[in-house]
Amino acid sequence: MGSGTNIGRVRGLGSAQEGAHHWIVQRVTAIANMLLVLWLIFSLLRLPNYEHGLMIDWLSSPLVAVPMILMLVSIFWHLRLGLQVLIEDYVTDHGMKFALFTLLNFFAVGGAALGIFSVAKIAFTGVAA
Amino acid sequence: MTEMSGKPSNRPISPHLSGGGGLLHYVWGPHMLVSILHRIAGDGMALVGMPLLVWWLYSISAGAESYEYFLSWFDFYYLGYVVLVGLTFAFFEHLFSGLRHFVMDAGAGYELKTNKMWSILVPFLAVIVTAVIWLSIAFQNL
Repeated sequence: MGSGTNIGRVRGLGSAQEGAHHWIVQRVTAIANMLLVLWLIFSLLRLPNYEHGLMIDWLSSPLVAVPMILMLVSIFWHLRLGLQVLIEDYVTDHGMKFALFTLLNFFAVGGAALGIFSVAKIAFTGVAA
Repeated sequence: MTEMSGKPSNRPISPHLSGGGGLLHYVWGPHMLVSILHRIAGDGMALVGMPLLVWWLYSISAGAESYEYFLSWFDFYYLGYVVLVGLTFAFFEHLFSGLRHFVMDAGAGYELKTNKMWSILVPFLAVIVTAVIWLSIAFQNL
């Protein structure tokens, strides 16, 4: 390994052994997102109104709470992968890239956790005080 | 690196897009539009749609008062409708564009005419589906 160009330094070392995983998971979560978001859209369209009591009743059903939680996991996972590529494409500074990846991880995990906890709270406790 | 010592290289850098003076070595086509729309729609949903979805779920879980506050923003000069129509378009744009990517992942659809046709159809279909959904909502509310 010399101190030549970037491509010269990595040539012959083989793949990074991780690109395919990103690619596959992005596509698996894409299919899940398609099914789950279409479910959300048609479920919302079928509701007679969007008042608080009905929202609580609706989200308390396992057949709503479970797909909603699965949707949150799948979407936040998918957007974590997509925004990673956005950062990789446009941010060249290594420090800034590291900071944005950290921020992205906090956003994805934190957002998913808050959403899932909220659905679980509604499903397990019913009407909020 | 040795040949670059001293003066910067004037060899083309990748991606070699500009001929200088604002001239581009390519002409805009529908395949480029659908490509950048895929990114804008996806990142828009990620950065606007998901915080709103989580806020919506949180406000329901936090009680009627919290949910009323969420809805008060929704009704603020039709803001909620503007955002939801935008997110509906973004979703179907990203979905149809993503399905196009699945076809191209299989190695199909790269013929010039086929590629151009689907690049035009993707945003067109997204507009149609968005219009159908929101016009049906509008007529139900009349």
